[in-house]
Amino acid sequence: MAVLTHKSLAGQSHELSEVDRQLELLKKANLTPFQDKLAESDLFPLTTTKLDIFQINVGKMCNQVCKHCHVDAGPDRKEIMTRETMQLCLDAIDKTECSTVDLTGGAPEMNPDFRWFVEQLSEKGVKVLVRCNLTIIVANKKYNDLPEFFKKHNVEVVSSLPYFTSTKTDAQRGDGVFDKSIEALKMLNAVGYGVEGSGLTLNLVYNPSGAFLPPAQESLQADFKKKLKDRFDIVFNELFAITNLPISRYLEYLVASENYEGYMNKLVDTYNPGAAANVMCRNTISIGWDGFIFDCDFNQMLDLKVAAKGQHLKDFDIEGLNNREIIVNQHCYGCTAGAGSSCGGTTA
Amino acid sequence: MKTYYDPDDLKKFGKISEFQPELGKKFFDYYGEVFAEGALTAREKSLIALAVAHAVQCPYCIDAYTEDTMEKGCDEEQMMEAVHVAAAIRGGASLVHGVQMMNKYKDLSM
Repeated sequence: MAVLTHKSLAGQSHELSEVDRQLELLKKANLTPFQDKLAESDLFPLTTTKLDIFQINVGKMCNQVCKHCHVDAGPDRKEIMTRETMQLCLDAIDKTECSTVDLTGGAPEMNPDFRWFVEQLSEKGVKVLVRCNLTIIVANKKYNDLPEFFKKHNVEVVSSLPYFTSTKTDAQRGDGVFDKSIEALKMLNAVGYGVEGSGLTLNLVYNPSGAFLPPAQESLQADFKKKLKDRFDIVFNELFAITNLPISRYLEYLVASENYEGYMNKLVDTYNPGAAANVMCRNTISIGWDGFIFDCDFNQMLDLKVAAKGQHLKDFDIEGLNNREIIVNQHCYGCTAGAGSSCGGTTA
Repeated sequence: MKTYYDPDDLKKFGKISEFQPELGKKFFDYYGEVFAEGALTAREKSLIALAVAHAVQCPYCIDAYTEDTMEKGCDEEQMMEAVHVAAAIRGGASLVHGVQMMNKYKDLSM
């Protein structure tokens, strides 16, 4: 069983908080290089399609210390996007035709300029999506009105709930997280989120609580809908089944539980060319808390910056980004295994 | 340490075709079709496999179908209930023979 600590790997000065150490470990697994697999599917070098999504990581601070977190987020992480960098994001968005801004963290709501940023984005008419960990809504009085705030700006809420029972949820996300998540979901439902006809979208995210691949998204969604409705009278729109990538705390878990080799082999054995063609990095860019630009949130955590001239928002160059080759590495197998995985669920 | 069962042998299951390719292929084609979505869902089939794995006490099958049922979205409660189904049938199979014992007892008794 996983033992939860209340410190990030960085806070523990754990060796796997170092990017180089993680990359070294991924390389050492001696698996077929991911780029060779892509080449077999005629997808190497991996190129972009049309940039449609800005995923912005507004900081690593979080009220939770989830066992599988690829960001290594937690209360002890102080890296937070400033309002100046948010303004650079807004300026960059103006130079593109992107339809969606996906806000993530940490707990994005803990950034003191979060609400200002959402207001600015909302005025632009882009779809704003927030990856809300649910418990933040009930963590402190000052967050209790988040459901109303989200509603006011028609923000789409995407929330993690690894299972419809407390055992699996708490094992991954911390003691008491399940009960608080249920309370928060009820608050979101109360203002209309997830309720048919309200126009307010509440999607849930499933991550496996362990070293295995996610189940088929459709059947899992049916299970979640039934169980959450029957047990708690909770409704939601869609369930996204997401594969855990071997990065940061999930990588540490795999190594510590002696599942690393088996899990990596499974990812490689279940490589799906159909999923590879639809990986999210082809139409997304990921912005770090400090304004650097990456192909995805995972590359961001491994500090693999985009292979383009403008690697920072200050030098934002849409042409260069549209024509870049995407940086791939062994962790990318996580997005191409089985039914495929992205921040919006399965891809194949 | 040498043992009769080696967890790594599970990965080599496909190699049984080495000594008899034709029958091996037939078996694996059949196996694949059996577990495909049909009148029963792939998930229901996986839970049946988990129960049978316990009934036949195959450590390879137990490892394989524990992982498979987890990947089909089953939780520990459902999985243990499947194991109890195997146990109930096995236990019941012994106990129902008690009727035979009772019949024989009665035949031999005054």
